Amino acid sequence: MGAGHAHRLYRHGHSAVHGLPPHTKLAASFAFVVVVVSTPREAMWAFGLYAVLLAAVAHAARVPAPFLLKRLLIEVPFVAFAVLLPFVAQGERVDVLGLSLSVEGLWGAWNVLAKGTLGVAASVLLASTTELRELLLGLQRLRLPPLLVQIASFMIRYGDVIADEMRRMRIARESRGFEAKGVRHWGVLAKSAGALFIRSYERGERVHLAMVSRGYAGSMPVIDEVTASRAQWSYALTLPCAALVVCLLGWTL
Amino acid sequence: MHVPDGFINAPTSAVTGVVAAGAIAVSLRGARRELDERTAPLAGLVAAFIFAVQMLNFPVAAGTSGHLLGGALAAILVGPCTGVLCVSVVLLMQGILFADGGLTALGVNITDMAIVTTVVAYALFRGLVKVLPRTRRSVTVASFVAALVSVPAAALAFTLLYWIGGTTDVSIGKVATAMVGVHVLIGIGEAAITALTVGAVIAVRPDLVYGARGLQRKLRLRVNGELVDAPSGAPSGGAPAPAPAAARSHRTVWITGLVASLVLAGFVSFYASADPDGLEKVASDKGIDAKAEEHASADSPLADYGVKDITDARVSGGLAGVIGVGVTVVAGSAVFWAVRRRRGDDVSPSTTETAV
Repeated sequence: MGAGHAHRLYRHGHSAVHGLPPHTKLAASFAFVVVVVSTPREAMWAFGLYAVLLAAVAHAARVPAPFLLKRLLIEVPFVAFAVLLPFVAQGERVDVLGLSLSVEGLWGAWNVLAKGTLGVAASVLLASTTELRELLLGLQRLRLPPLLVQIASFMIRYGDVIADEMRRMRIARESRGFEAKGVRHWGVLAKSAGALFIRSYERGERVHLAMVSRGYAGSMPVIDEVTASRAQWSYALTLPCAALVVCLLGWTL
Repeated sequence: MHVPDGFINAPTSAVTGVVAAGAIAVSLRGARRELDERTAPLAGLVAAFIFAVQMLNFPVAAGTSGHLLGGALAAILVGPCTGVLCVSVVLLMQGILFADGGLTALGVNITDMAIVTTVVAYALFRGLVKVLPRTRRSVTVASFVAALVSVPAAALAFTLLYWIGGTTDVSIGKVATAMVGVHVLIGIGEAAITALTVGAVIAVRPDLVYGARGLQRKLRLRVNGELVDAPSGAPSGGAPAPAPAAARSHRTVWITGLVASLVLAGFVSFYASADPDGLEKVASDKGIDAKAEEHASADSPLADYGVKDITDARVSGGLAGVIGVGVTVVAGSAVFWAVRRRRGDDVSPSTTETAV
């Protein structure tokens, strides 16, 4: 049961960023996002610098720009919310192209858009340079409760299996002439979901028995302990440190 | 509803992060009690199930479709602690792998979507199952109501977080109205799907449904509608049954009313605390002309609810309250419908008399 399957977002590569230990990357991206979120929104140039920093990381990781930009589309629902903000926020108003917009709302929309986009870009970079198994090892290394890491690893391992099972059920439905058109067909779909739950749960029981028969006693053996040298830490933390400098400048200027 | 970075300010994010960490720690302990040492594989597989079922699209009408959020479903199927864990893990993985929801907003997302949804759904479900007659149908009805309320409850929790730590100064009444309005609709879909799914699981493997564990012992064997293995025999077994049913149905009405009003009070108290704040903000702003302009920009969908200029927040809050009442009425009538249906199903004539 190797978790060797790479997830869809991972881009295989051998760049310096790919080679970093996972927990340093996790810590670095989290610290970066924290710094970005605590930057004052009036310092617009700071966000430009953050974007430049991320672009530098993407370049070092050899992640092409179209790939990164395509992944940013996940943000779209909140962009819609951000676009509404200038219309509904309170306070002083300005006229732009005949529309009465709230100044506060414009700032808010900018705030959400800038910080949200930078956060999504940081996560996308993290996911595209780190393998799943590494990510889980990194989380374990960062002292996430082992049980939680185990649950996450089982979810990742069997996610594709369960999704495949769902796909097979869909094919079975469709080969019998079923086509979900509206609310009337929810019953059939919900029965599929129920069957999927039963299959997942029973598979979980089987997996547990298989693990017990191989000597599982509540904790997974750690095969490869990830460690990071001082140089690797400092290389990974270059990003949040540079961002912190920008943030401090943003507060003082 | 995945909150991105920069939506809620840093202190609130940190506090919700601590809340989420505490809740996860409690759930880790609770999940061991619910699943003992099978926790890791089972919770992992259930998390994978939730992840997969969120990809199952339910067509609504003409090209639009929705999907399940899964908090209420997880709570009912595997118990509240495991439910919190599974949804949290799904959110964690979505945040790290798919960039869906910000990393700093992880605390907000987990508090909102994993904890509030699951806990509200399970508490309501538990209460309803206790009150309702012990049948399969009432489990389905209880899961419907639980899922129905859990989604707007999460929306309200989000509104509360936004009120405390939102980065933009939007009238809280408007946020609440928009969020609750949209999520009542989403909640209806979620409720229907959750109830149908729970019903499907109960029909096949009732022992797997955590929320229905108490029901198994009460199943009795009937052949052609007659009790076979009842201790007091079939003919006498039919007669005493209606009396407790009738007695219970009065209690049902009262306790349902109590639960409903508690939910309502919970809803209303949010608005009660929110309204003066919105009013103060409106009052401290630049007088009437600013608000007239605000009223003029009524072409935005959110402004539909903000009807009058000065009492803007209050009216929209009131509307949101009306929506809350609507939810409660729907919930209450669903319960009554279930009780009536149950009485109608009963074969004994004395029950139908008391019912009518």
